[in-house]
Amino acid sequence: MATRMNRRGFLGTTAATAGVLAAPGILRAQAETVKVGLVHPVTGALAYSGNQCREGALMAIEDINAAGGIKSLGGAMLEGLVADSQSKPEVGAAETAKAIEGGAAGIVAGYASSITLATSQEAAKTNTPHIVDVGVSDKIVGRDLPNVFRLGPGYGKIAAFAVDNLVAINEGAGSPAKSVMIIHEESAFGTGTAGLLAEKLPEKGFEVLDVIKHANPTRDFTNIALQVKAAQPDIIIPAQYYNEYVLFARTLRQQRIEMQGIYSVLGGAASSFKFVEEFPEAAAYIMDCNHWYNPLSEEALRRRAAAEEKGLYYTYEVYLAYNAVALLADAMEQAGSADKEAVIEALAASTWDGHAMPYGPTKFVDGQNEGGQPVNTQVLDGKIEVILPPDFASAEAVFPMPKG
Amino acid sequence: MFDSAILVPSVLNGITTGALYALVALGLTLIYGVLHIINFAHGALLMVALYMVYFLWKLAGLDPYWSLLIVPPAMFVIGYALQRLVITRASHGRDENILLVTLGLAILIENVALYLFSSDTQVVDTPYGFDVVEMFGAFVPYPKVVAFFGALATAAALWAFIRLTDLGRAIRAVAREKKGARLVGIEVGHVYAMSFGIGVGVLGIAACLLMPSYYVTPQVGHGFVLIAFTIVVLGGMGSFTGALIGGLVIGVVEAVGGLWLGESLGQIGIFAIFILILLFRPQGIMGHQA
Repeated sequence: MATRMNRRGFLGTTAATAGVLAAPGILRAQAETVKVGLVHPVTGALAYSGNQCREGALMAIEDINAAGGIKSLGGAMLEGLVADSQSKPEVGAAETAKAIEGGAAGIVAGYASSITLATSQEAAKTNTPHIVDVGVSDKIVGRDLPNVFRLGPGYGKIAAFAVDNLVAINEGAGSPAKSVMIIHEESAFGTGTAGLLAEKLPEKGFEVLDVIKHANPTRDFTNIALQVKAAQPDIIIPAQYYNEYVLFARTLRQQRIEMQGIYSVLGGAASSFKFVEEFPEAAAYIMDCNHWYNPLSEEALRRRAAAEEKGLYYTYEVYLAYNAVALLADAMEQAGSADKEAVIEALAASTWDGHAMPYGPTKFVDGQNEGGQPVNTQVLDGKIEVILPPDFASAEAVFPMPKG
Repeated sequence: MFDSAILVPSVLNGITTGALYALVALGLTLIYGVLHIINFAHGALLMVALYMVYFLWKLAGLDPYWSLLIVPPAMFVIGYALQRLVITRASHGRDENILLVTLGLAILIENVALYLFSSDTQVVDTPYGFDVVEMFGAFVPYPKVVAFFGALATAAALWAFIRLTDLGRAIRAVAREKKGARLVGIEVGHVYAMSFGIGVGVLGIAACLLMPSYYVTPQVGHGFVLIAFTIVVLGGMGSFTGALIGGLVIGVVEAVGGLWLGESLGQIGIFAIFILILLFRPQGIMGHQA
């Protein structure tokens, strides 16, 4: 069947063809993209946190690209190579290797300490810059690997901070609390944190009645709650992941356990908008020592609003992964290159302050940002308030928690 | 550690938690124990049922216990269709294929759930979520007491069904001698699908009774599926009473083991008992010698 083309059709087709032919020229005119490997546990036991990390990292890439990319590289756009570590260190290492082979100029990984140890080790083989988003184990930055950098604090600093602030809060109330009980999950984060707390708290006059370790997942917390009930500690210190925290806090309430306070270290209700929203009564007065954004920073509040617009809770995973990508991008900006050596050099000398965290400008010593510190939060009137340090506080601590 | 103030509540807690395990295992004992289908998708299907309960609560405000009217029948239909349309066709009647097909289904279902619902932990907030029943000086959460009686009723109903109904007799006939059953006019494909459907439907009951005291994520089934297989073997393949007793034993051993050995090591007791049963009574607590 013969078809006839009219004038309008001819013009349209010609314009479209010209457009297509011109496209490679436009593409050539664009700066190159810089690939960043984003390795997170988006399936498996840590899937919730892994997905939060991935979302945070992608938000950073979106923001950086929207603001013109890496300007010193002619406006190079960032491209995230997303990878799933399946909550397993060995898969994390394999995915890191794959991302590097795929051209990643830097790696942002890996949420859990155990996975981060593997991803950073893998990146070290090719001297690829590796920014730790969350992993708090101090072994991550203590291995003389020049490619590994962590913006946030490690558990050594967090535990010291947690102990000092617990002492301050207790003394502020006339020192009513004398004993504690530590409940922790069994991986590197929980075990390491609990070990440090159990070592430091007796030095400050607290009696550690018991340290109870549990598996992930733990299907039932009644047994642990019963042991807490029998020991009658003044303060309970949990160091757990979210699912276990939810069950544990619910069980404490079901078993009518009375204590002066719940003081979480890394991963408590007092740092989870979701928990506070879903269980406002169980979450009331819980304190936490955890990563937190600077509540006085306009930029932090803007990012929080943007995350919430996407339907995300603005959890620590989101802003720590966001900052890990932004730090890497800043180093590339400073280096004027995506070359691995140059980026590592720029990271080591970084004085970046665009993180909107209560850290001050970055200063890396052996890969650890010296200014990285946690804050203390408490759930008061259904809101998460920062109670310490005083410079960033939005409310005063309520301790001991009111009875009933 | 063995102070009665802790031991009594711990044993009571073990019994009620064990009842929940038994509920998950009851469906499996029908599918695995009677039909010898190793259903690796059991945990994933439990997750599907839990999401149903969650969304009925979230979107329609339906209490998880009222969901008992909807979720088990819906799960039955899913189970029946899966067996008829997917498992039978894809496995071509070979056991090793069935194993791979159900494993594939589990991966598929979990990843679809991850895509659709994300990995957020979801919980339902019921007015009785924090209520407890006081027993022998112990606080037993109300949802667990309900789950305990639910497990008893479900086990009794399944036992009556398999013993007293024509379909129950047909299932037993197919389990014992497939060819013979076909010769006397039993439609074997239908019986398989009905058994699978009922087994998956029981998961629906388990989900309605579990949700008020637990949470759902796409990975939630992992924590239950190994325990359920253990209970089925421990109780005796295909025995509903065995699954119930096995569940309770596992629950109590886990609870007391947790007190004695610490929460991380407590589960050793479960598998120690499992190995002992396999060594000295391989047919399981309530099973019959082959």
